Amino acid sequence: MDGAAPHALPQQFQAWFDSRGWSPRGHQLEMVEAARAGRHTLLIAPTGGGKTLAGFLPSLIELSERPKGNRPRSIHTLYISPLKALAVDVHRNLEIPVSEMRLPITVESRTGDTGVAKRQRQRLHPPDILLTTPEQLALFCAWEGSREYFADLRTVIIDEIHAIHGSKRGDLLNLGLARLQSFAPALRRVGLSATVQDPDMLRRWLAPRPETAHLVRGAPGAPPQVEVLFSKGDVPWSGWTAQHAMAEVLDVIRANRTTLIFVNTRFQAELAFQKLWEINDESLPIALHHGSLAAEQRRKVEAAMARGELRAVVCTSTLDLGIDWGAVDLVIQLAAPKGSSRLIQRIGRANHRLDEPSRALLVPAHRFEVLECEAAREAVAENDLDGEPARLGAHDILAQHVMGVACGEPFAEDDLYAEVLTSEPYSDVTREEFDRVVDFVSTGGYALKTYDRFRRIVKAPKSEKGAGLWRVRDRETAARHRMNVGAIVEIPMLNVRIASSRSGKKIGGRKVGEMEETYLEQLVPGDAFLFAGQVWRFEGITGMDALVTSAPGAEPKVPSWGGSKFALSTYLAKRVRRMICDEDAWTRLPPDMQAWLEIQKARSIIPSDEEMLVEVFQRGKRWYLVAYPFDGRISHGTLTQLLARRLERLGKMPLGFVANDYALAVWTLGPLHDLDMDALFQEDMLGDDLEAWLDESFLMKRAFRQCAVLSGLIERRSPGQEKSGRQVTFSTDLIYDVLRRHQPDHLLLRCARADAAAGSLDVARLGRLLNRIKGRIRPVMLKKVSPFAVPVMLEIGREPVAGGSAQEAILEASAAELIAEALS
Amino acid sequence: MSGAQAIRLRLQAPESLCGSLWMEVADAEVCLRKSGALWLEADGVLAAGDLHLEKGSSYASRGQLLPPYDTAATLDRLEAEVAALNPRVVALLGDSFHDGRATARLAARDAARIVALARSRTLVWIVGNHDREGPGALPGDRADEITVAGLTLRHEPALVPVRGEVAGHLHPCARVAGHGGSVRRRCFLTDGQRLILPAFGSYAGGLNARDQAFAGLFARSPIAGVLGRRVHAIGWGSLTGD
Repeated sequence: MDGAAPHALPQQFQAWFDSRGWSPRGHQLEMVEAARAGRHTLLIAPTGGGKTLAGFLPSLIELSERPKGNRPRSIHTLYISPLKALAVDVHRNLEIPVSEMRLPITVESRTGDTGVAKRQRQRLHPPDILLTTPEQLALFCAWEGSREYFADLRTVIIDEIHAIHGSKRGDLLNLGLARLQSFAPALRRVGLSATVQDPDMLRRWLAPRPETAHLVRGAPGAPPQVEVLFSKGDVPWSGWTAQHAMAEVLDVIRANRTTLIFVNTRFQAELAFQKLWEINDESLPIALHHGSLAAEQRRKVEAAMARGELRAVVCTSTLDLGIDWGAVDLVIQLAAPKGSSRLIQRIGRANHRLDEPSRALLVPAHRFEVLECEAAREAVAENDLDGEPARLGAHDILAQHVMGVACGEPFAEDDLYAEVLTSEPYSDVTREEFDRVVDFVSTGGYALKTYDRFRRIVKAPKSEKGAGLWRVRDRETAARHRMNVGAIVEIPMLNVRIASSRSGKKIGGRKVGEMEETYLEQLVPGDAFLFAGQVWRFEGITGMDALVTSAPGAEPKVPSWGGSKFALSTYLAKRVRRMICDEDAWTRLPPDMQAWLEIQKARSIIPSDEEMLVEVFQRGKRWYLVAYPFDGRISHGTLTQLLARRLERLGKMPLGFVANDYALAVWTLGPLHDLDMDALFQEDMLGDDLEAWLDESFLMKRAFRQCAVLSGLIERRSPGQEKSGRQVTFSTDLIYDVLRRHQPDHLLLRCARADAAAGSLDVARLGRLLNRIKGRIRPVMLKKVSPFAVPVMLEIGREPVAGGSAQEAILEASAAELIAEALS
Repeated sequence: MSGAQAIRLRLQAPESLCGSLWMEVADAEVCLRKSGALWLEADGVLAAGDLHLEKGSSYASRGQLLPPYDTAATLDRLEAEVAALNPRVVALLGDSFHDGRATARLAARDAARIVALARSRTLVWIVGNHDREGPGALPGDRADEITVAGLTLRHEPALVPVRGEVAGHLHPCARVAGHGGSVRRRCFLTDGQRLILPAFGSYAGGLNARDQAFAGLFARSPIAGVLGRRVHAIGWGSLTGD
């Protein structure tokens, strides 16, 4: 398998490989070659291919070859991982070659958890190799003296680059890399990635503009074996829990050594865990793992897993990345995976030996998901991945970076602008945009110029030293910025604590974990809910704590929205559409699915893969419009909001709407038989309609809050007090309302609009959808509901109806209660 | 709850013109406006609590550059109420300014708007804990409290149940949970004997009506007049904590 000559490695290293009974892999030798040639390099290799060692090998060789001398040490290699746990794990693995070869190399890690004493020591006596996170890099940029500290930096390694590049964290990381490059112009960038659809995009992202990183590919592993579970019972019409298949899932767990069961949300994880234990008569050791559990509990599960004591773990995307567990021999995906890249990543968690195939079982939760799982299985077989569009760097992040740079050292606008242009996500930023960002950092960027004396960064006057350079206003302002770096905005969470009574008052006892505030707010005292694998009774909220008591046997409340947080990818959606219109492919499906498709064909129509079916029918006094774009929950959600507005204007009196990954439904009081479908789905809805709706939407407020925090307008932490997420949420809404009325083109409102359009609304995708169906809409009038319409119709009443009137409706309902109460 | 006897609401069709809630507080007829202001029609008195003018610039002076439009936004709403009702007296129930130096930071344009408000009517600045320094050179009378229609208007509510008091200070807000989510809005709180006004200032935060600070103020469970497209009268039992 490895064609390269053995003398490519220094003798000491070759001997070490020999002593372990290994021979260096081709891509490991190629990485050493690329380093000798001084090239920025992206390594794409499947899990289990010795990727981490390949990344570090050149640094270990260089460090082992440096002449002995007593010049002061400085950091040679900086390793950055998106996960703290991964940095710690890599540290452990790296110690093996270092100690076995007795290399004179010091390795240390540094994360948010590292103690003050150790951090200070690292500043005075830097290790040769430092393992850290993107947030620490942002902090380094804001240090005074960082230019000297990193002057001799030779290599920076970015791990799991595929998981971080397409996010605000990625934007900040890339700006940080540009900064490091200016400190150490000879710096070589190395990226480690899982298999991706478009390696060229990552090659550009990794290297400073206008360069492109050299690509090294690891040998592909054996192709994975993927099966879809065609349940023996009927496949449900709708839902997201896949409860019908739990007995079969347990059988599969029993037949394997260790199974990882991936689900798409925490609710799903809790529910699946609960259902499995209800039928787990043999008490097979099955554990639960998700991001909201107390850290201690997660570590317990991870340790038990590493010792091989567990037969299965039900988990969320918290285990998509990270530590290698070796012994996993099967991955189950419960409910459809929604995208092929995520599925391949998850399948890779099984069997980290390259020469044996990973095995996976997909368990669809309902009928459309059967089609989707089939499509995903085919996509994996063809190794076909979802693509991700390149992203433009967010300006709130640029603002944070500019502030950080000013905290580190005085800067000239021209120089920093040139440096920012070398960062791929920001290579298109115009000088005008850049100047706006600098003005925002300095004065808040308001049309009303009243904050001149409160500038956060100031330009030194001509008479002073450093004339014309921007610097931070004072030490206190710099200290406050350093407390607030990073691009992760935590969702407001509350501690879940077991209530204990003390002198008649309930107080919080042991912490069970953390849950989203928004979910807990929907509970009323006395409600039962599932968390950490148990049923709890909700007692109430005091401060930052939700108090609970154990309630075994109580019937837990299922959240109204519990489906996938991921939307069906464009790529898989296309495959599903093709599968539906290919009648030959139906024969591969279970009999009840075939019957379902046959009845649809007889009663309505089966659209071609380019067409969009729209069914209109009357039930009782209501008219229903059900459309099937097959384009994912998020763009469907946006589309239904806009359709409802249009139907309102047409006098159709829409009463409600609901959307899922495959279809959307709107119901009205007014008749819908006379609708001009082409006009209704016209692309121009993305103009003023979208703007008008968006400005009122809670999505904008949420996006604005994030931008306000990341840009430094609102501080998450200030000296002496930790601001709780709850207070922040409230005050940014007030600021949003005022700013929207008085300066609608403000930088942060633009940022928030861009974020909402790209993220929670997926406007770009909706645009492509409307373009795709133009002139290809197939309307049909039906006498009664069609088989395809049943799944989405069943979701009516389970989903909260979002929208501008919903909040007033809640108040109206409570006011009506009062009147009833008063008259009784 | 014996709310029906204790609290006399004048129930109106929801589509009533201005969305106000009319009711009796200690035998005086009062109108709770959806802006959060109180209108005492018989005496031509408009009252608003906790304007917190220049809160934005107060934060800016400490390094958080909040949009400098809060004073203008608050005055916009106050002017709209004055234009709609043409009051004889405008009573501001304290904490009209966010801090002692706020009047010095006030933009000339905003100061001129306040001067205009005081023209052809009486402006009364009731003293609060944030603005003991008073309104500086701005026109109007200063007072610790005033009495209108048998009601005493002051900044801080007395800590025991009292009859006929209207106060601000606490910034009450109500959280109402319903199907699919919860709503948190500013609100009036009253038991028919006394009344707490919501904060009127654009950047003024809110304190949940279920907070301990409200315990002991009311002789019986109060109702909340929750601000929205109209003032929604909502019973104590429907309010939840944060």
